[in-house]
Amino acid sequence: MTDKFDAKELISKDLPQQARWYSSLFDLFTRIKKDRVAFLGLVILIAFYFFCLCADFFAPYNKEFGIRDLTYAPPSKVYIINQKGKLSWPYVYNNVRVFNKNTFKQEYYEDKSNKYFLHFFVAGDSYKIFGLIPCKLRFFGVKKGGHIFILGTDINGRDNFSRLLYGGQVSLTIGFMALFIAFPIGLLYGGLSGYYGGIIDTVMMRIAETLMSIPSFYLLITLSIILPDDVSSRVRFLLITIILAFIGWAGFSRVVRGMVLSIKNLEFIEASEAMGASSLRTIVRHILPQTASYVIVAITLSVPGYILAESGLSFLGLGIQQPDASWGNMLKEAQDYTNVIVRPWLLTPGLLIFIAVLSFNLIGDAVRDILDPKSKMRHT
Amino acid sequence: MSIPIFIIKRLIHAIPILILVSMLGFAIMRLSPVDPLGELRITPGIAEETIKAEEKRLGLDKPLVVQYFIWASGFLKGDLGISKTNQPVASRIMERVPNTLVLVITSILVSWCIAIPLGVFAALRWRSKTDRILTILASIGMAIPSFFFALLLLIFAVRTGWFPVGGLTSVGFEKMNLFQQFLDLAHHLILPVTVIATISVAGIQRQMRANLLDVLEADYVKMARAKGLPENKVINKHALRNAINPLVTLLGFEFAGLLSGSALVEMVLQYPGLGRLILQAVLELDLNLVMASLMIGTIMLIIGNLIADILLKFVDPRITLG
Repeated sequence: MTDKFDAKELISKDLPQQARWYSSLFDLFTRIKKDRVAFLGLVILIAFYFFCLCADFFAPYNKEFGIRDLTYAPPSKVYIINQKGKLSWPYVYNNVRVFNKNTFKQEYYEDKSNKYFLHFFVAGDSYKIFGLIPCKLRFFGVKKGGHIFILGTDINGRDNFSRLLYGGQVSLTIGFMALFIAFPIGLLYGGLSGYYGGIIDTVMMRIAETLMSIPSFYLLITLSIILPDDVSSRVRFLLITIILAFIGWAGFSRVVRGMVLSIKNLEFIEASEAMGASSLRTIVRHILPQTASYVIVAITLSVPGYILAESGLSFLGLGIQQPDASWGNMLKEAQDYTNVIVRPWLLTPGLLIFIAVLSFNLIGDAVRDILDPKSKMRHT
Repeated sequence: MSIPIFIIKRLIHAIPILILVSMLGFAIMRLSPVDPLGELRITPGIAEETIKAEEKRLGLDKPLVVQYFIWASGFLKGDLGISKTNQPVASRIMERVPNTLVLVITSILVSWCIAIPLGVFAALRWRSKTDRILTILASIGMAIPSFFFALLLLIFAVRTGWFPVGGLTSVGFEKMNLFQQFLDLAHHLILPVTVIATISVAGIQRQMRANLLDVLEADYVKMARAKGLPENKVINKHALRNAINPLVTLLGFEFAGLLSGSALVEMVLQYPGLGRLILQAVLELDLNLVMASLMIGTIMLIIGNLIADILLKFVDPRITLG
């Protein structure tokens, strides 16, 4: 009887702990929901991730698809009122490039002989769902022979809108990936350093300080020398992720070390040691969980930094390479200002980076206010 | 600890860091899959001897450890090696360092002069409409990517023709008198400083506002009010002075961030600074130049942090340097 009772009690003791983990996350979410600005940021980000994740479906073209003759075609105008002034199903005209002999410039005009009506759920360029199931279904498109470039085209005549969606897959995920490498390393490194103290601490922290003493962007572009040219885009993506993580872990580990220094003298750590737990176990199971709320705040606040680093690197032509798209390398074409003045749609990737970073910042601020009420940065 | 001893201690502290940075830099060069002379090698018509001579000139024919020590002993003597363009690296870097320093220091001054009054203003009107607008502007300022903002300003400059694009001085700078030279320099600095200062203004403004809000709740401010001091004296004499202190602590971070952040801006706005030099060096695989830029950048950052710490001592006598 007593055994049964004990077991029951054990379970009921464990359960609230399990539930607490989920409920605290849920609690965080409901409190973000109350903060209107942060909630807006969250909604925008969810939309961004959704559209970019389903880029194959929402983009009318593949990221490689391009028409060489349509370099820098302006955005297709979508008409809903036809020539007779009546409401019509939306349609577009093709943009045709002609060489103007008087001005010696390539100019675009709309070929009004053929209307191309907008169709939804059409068969377009083929792609594979999860890289497995072949599929052709696209959200919208026009009949063969017509093109729809709602945000114009780039220098290779590729659809800007489609590439923005595919580019977002890179730009929005690379930061998170780097974070998932940098944070565990920083946690463990800072944990070990703070826990052992003494000469180990001094040496470990001197190494971390070294990384922090180099202006981070200088280090970033220097590290890009390592990137080989002849690897597949996936490997390159991975290498860039590792580089970003390499730069990011040091500052984080220093803060963790500081927290560990103050935690390690508490009684429950002594208890853990007295019970014979290994030092690694003490660090991972007992010390590091105490830093959780700082870690969550640091994660949300450091995502934008990673996004900016990747796009800056790609913007300089050192990161993600053509024909792959990322918001940074798409913005590269806007570096030539004579180009941008006549083709403002080339600036759209920059705008998206800005909105994404802004949203992350807003959420980060709210999360900090919630988890760290003592923080001095009140934003309301 | 007195200030000279503090400085010496910090400089000694910096030595292992610099050694580690140089070793890291060399490791990066070693890991690099690219051959700095690859271009010469694949060009037909270049004799084997020329390539050999070039290898020797850049010191590439020796093992890496030897190369490292040759480089390190040269570095200590102030000889940074020869760049690919056959100029001494030291002279190429030294013409860039002052430019970057001018840019960063001007940006810090400008951003402090704008951000502190704005932060005070927002804190004194806490939760008013102006405060909300300033908070929104600060969020925007913090989120805008520097290179994107620089691009936008570049377009603006080209469109209006109000600001010169690229460079630091106009043609015929040498013939101008001192005042004209100053004006010309300032004119060229406006765009890059605007970009860099905007981004740091946002952060400092937020910090200043938060600091002042905290201080205004402190007991000594209540006390000052209770004894009947006029409000402006309470703010200026008691609250403000204490609210600014934490900002000075941030000066070191600020300097590091701006030094690194200015690199991208320099590239977009074609400003002849160190950041643009290191990018060119990386693109041309000019290894000596990359190494030296990395080192000089690090030294600048360390010295910047040191100065910030000493400044803090002057502002806040309670701080003990250690």
